[in-house]
Amino acid sequence: MDLNFTPEEEAFRQEVRDFFAENLPDDIRDAVKNGGELTKEIMERYHAILNKKGWLATTWPKEFGGPGWGPVERHIFDEESCAAYAPRIVPFGLGMLGPVLQKFGSKEQQDYYLPRILNGDDWWCQGYSEPGAGSDLASLKTRAVKDGDEWVINGQKTWTTLGQHADWIFCLVRTDPDVKQQEGISFILVDMSTPGVEVRPIKLIEGGHEVNEVFFTDVRVPLKNLVGEENKGWTIAKYLLTHERTGIAGVGFSMLELEEVKALSKKIMRNGKPLAEDPLFAARVAQAEIDLEAMKLTNLRMLFTAQKNGSPGPETSILKIKGTVINQELKDLRRRALGPNAAPFPGSLSGSNLDVAPEGHANNAARYFNNRKTSIFGGSNEIQRNILTKTMLGL
Amino acid sequence: MNFDLTEDRQMLQDSLRRYLGDKYQIEHRNKVAYAEPFHDPAKWGELTELGALFALAPEDAGGMGGAGFDISVVFEELGRVLCPEPVLGALMASRLMTAAGADQEALLSGETRYAVGLGELDAPYDLSGLSTTVKDGKVSGRKSVVYGGQAADVFLIAAKDGDSLSVYEVQASDASVTGYAMMDGAGAAEVVLEDAPAKLLLADADAAIEDAVNAGVVALCSEAVGAMDVLHKMTVEYLGQRKQFGRPIGTFQVLQHRAVDMLTEIEQSRSIVIKAAAELGGPDATRYASMAKNLIGRAGRLVAEEAIQMHGGIAMTWEYPGSHYAKRIIMIDAQLGDTDYHLSRVAQVA
Ligand SMILES: Cc1cc2nc3c(=O)[nH]c(=O)nc-3n(C[C@H](O)[C@H](O)[C@H](O)COP(=O)(O)OP(=O)(O)OC[C@H]3O[C@@H](n4cnc5c(N)ncnc54)[C@H](O)[C@@H]3O)c2cc1C
Repeated sequence: MDLNFTPEEEAFRQEVRDFFAENLPDDIRDAVKNGGELTKEIMERYHAILNKKGWLATTWPKEFGGPGWGPVERHIFDEESCAAYAPRIVPFGLGMLGPVLQKFGSKEQQDYYLPRILNGDDWWCQGYSEPGAGSDLASLKTRAVKDGDEWVINGQKTWTTLGQHADWIFCLVRTDPDVKQQEGISFILVDMSTPGVEVRPIKLIEGGHEVNEVFFTDVRVPLKNLVGEENKGWTIAKYLLTHERTGIAGVGFSMLELEEVKALSKKIMRNGKPLAEDPLFAARVAQAEIDLEAMKLTNLRMLFTAQKNGSPGPETSILKIKGTVINQELKDLRRRALGPNAAPFPGSLSGSNLDVAPEGHANNAARYFNNRKTSIFGGSNEIQRNILTKTMLGL
Repeated sequence: MNFDLTEDRQMLQDSLRRYLGDKYQIEHRNKVAYAEPFHDPAKWGELTELGALFALAPEDAGGMGGAGFDISVVFEELGRVLCPEPVLGALMASRLMTAAGADQEALLSGETRYAVGLGELDAPYDLSGLSTTVKDGKVSGRKSVVYGGQAADVFLIAAKDGDSLSVYEVQASDASVTGYAMMDGAGAAEVVLEDAPAKLLLADADAAIEDAVNAGVVALCSEAVGAMDVLHKMTVEYLGQRKQFGRPIGTFQVLQHRAVDMLTEIEQSRSIVIKAAAELGGPDATRYASMAKNLIGRAGRLVAEEAIQMHGGIAMTWEYPGSHYAKRIIMIDAQLGDTDYHLSRVAQVA
């Protein structure tokens, strides 16, 4: 048993830390710290900074232009980027489609799309979920029919994160309705500017716009936009779901949240004393810290297994469940710390000098509500438990 | 023993439910709750015509009720539709004015809107740390997140007066009022007073303020029960309708049991609110009000979070009514003392 990183790993950590200290622009850092909007411009600029260093596609091997990192280096990078208040890399092209193309795509697709992802030429979004197909993704209905040298697509996707910025969407579509559900699905790439594609915004609980509905009406795309084999899309979807699951605990983000909560509770005064001295609030923070401390190790243990075995196992569902719950608890503490001062609608006091919350905390309630999504998407925590029941308990 | 409403209260409940169900449908509610003036002045008038405010004050103060159960009936109905009208301010002001023996005809008729400024930035719950002061009949200080303050004609302001608290009446026109929408809809305001002309309503007002807060707590808890009940029904209905894996998700036992846990907590909530309402105005009012607010804070979080989770993505949207219920239920915890604050009060007064 040895809980220390190797000297090489520590050196790498320092290198990453220095890189962020020198290269992360203040405005981007502030936007992350204050929960401001991470605009398309910000994200593209941030991606370009990482790309210049060769650190953008953290999961890609060297041959495709990635840094060729293993799980431990990725983990260190994630931790340090969080600690520096860098944004989360937009995952759709880099974390999702990239690995899919590397494993299932044709040489031509790899040569065309991968560099464009790295260079930020194409913004991708994920077209999996449909109004009737959420947890039960395999029941999806969006139809693609072959017509000459084109696919003709009709149907609807929903919950499409940042689809409003996207140039391309990768979709799971039904190409054979007459076989077992999982066996009639294909993975197809669609240029969002194709006639018949329509994006409509969905407003979220806290008022933000980050997800969309995407409608397809007789959308024609070339046959060569199929990735992998026809009707083998489910294999790709499953590959994606198990790929790079070691980061899903979001430990780096939670560590940052914990620090924020602690700092906030020292700033907030309650009748002449800092909130941090309120025993009940302090106990809540301590409880969260204990859970997070254990989670750090649980995360590292699974990372270690992944490093050893070459791939993460099904137990990573534990990371998703507990990681989201801990992060949600910390978001709750952030909101709770402000008491009634968390209640003003974000931005409703901007322009006045009557702030009710310390800088960076005016939208703590909004963050809390928005964050409820994390236990729903990416396979809900109930679905993760179903997976664990089967894989770990054998029941 | 009898847990039925009296005939009068039943009539009040029926008429409010009919009116609000008809006039405060969620689309309308969301429209007015997030746009200036963050409530609907016309509906305020109609609501007061129905006697909603008269029910909040006792007969000798010109009202027709004023007991804990009257307050409960009114606020549970407001909670069921997430009504953004500034009724809480009226209730708390009425309690203070009753204690002062002041004429409250204009309040109860709805003609004059009152808001009560108690909490401050650094003293949101416990009022022993207030820094608003009075000098030569003029009040200075800042009251933070004053619910209904954006729409108030008159403020009742708690201020430090030597060793005790006093309540002063300040005209909105004599204060600097910055109104805004709340995360969960409806409005509030930052109220800044700089030597604002003020009329003393109550000196040595600690006990009266405590009573007003207790009444406000009973109101908020009742509102939460109304909102939780609606959100729970909505969730159960959705579990029955939404199909995944070829069957209603309500057939998954894990969701069934959690919906039952929600129900259990709502029943517990209802019970503690009945107790707090029964004790309001009596010697143990504070203890039971605090018990209620603590329990409702815990139950509310469970109900709101589980409702969202069990709906899946749909409850994360603005368009789905359930999301607004969840927001209101969560944010109620931060009004007039959260679950921790009230827990410590129960521990102290035990
Ligand atoms: C903010 C946000 C962003 C998203 N971004 C994207 C995106 O970019 N691209 C994309 O394709 N999708 C995206 N999603 C969709 C997301 O993956 C789905 O919301 C998720 O799969 C759940 O599906 P659902 O919302 O239809 O809920 P449902 O599947 O209807 O589930 C409702 C409830 O039932 C439970 N449940 C379902 N089946 C079972 C079972 N067998 N046993 C026990 N409980 C069960 C669920 O856990 C949940 O609690 C996003 C969602 C959100 C909220």
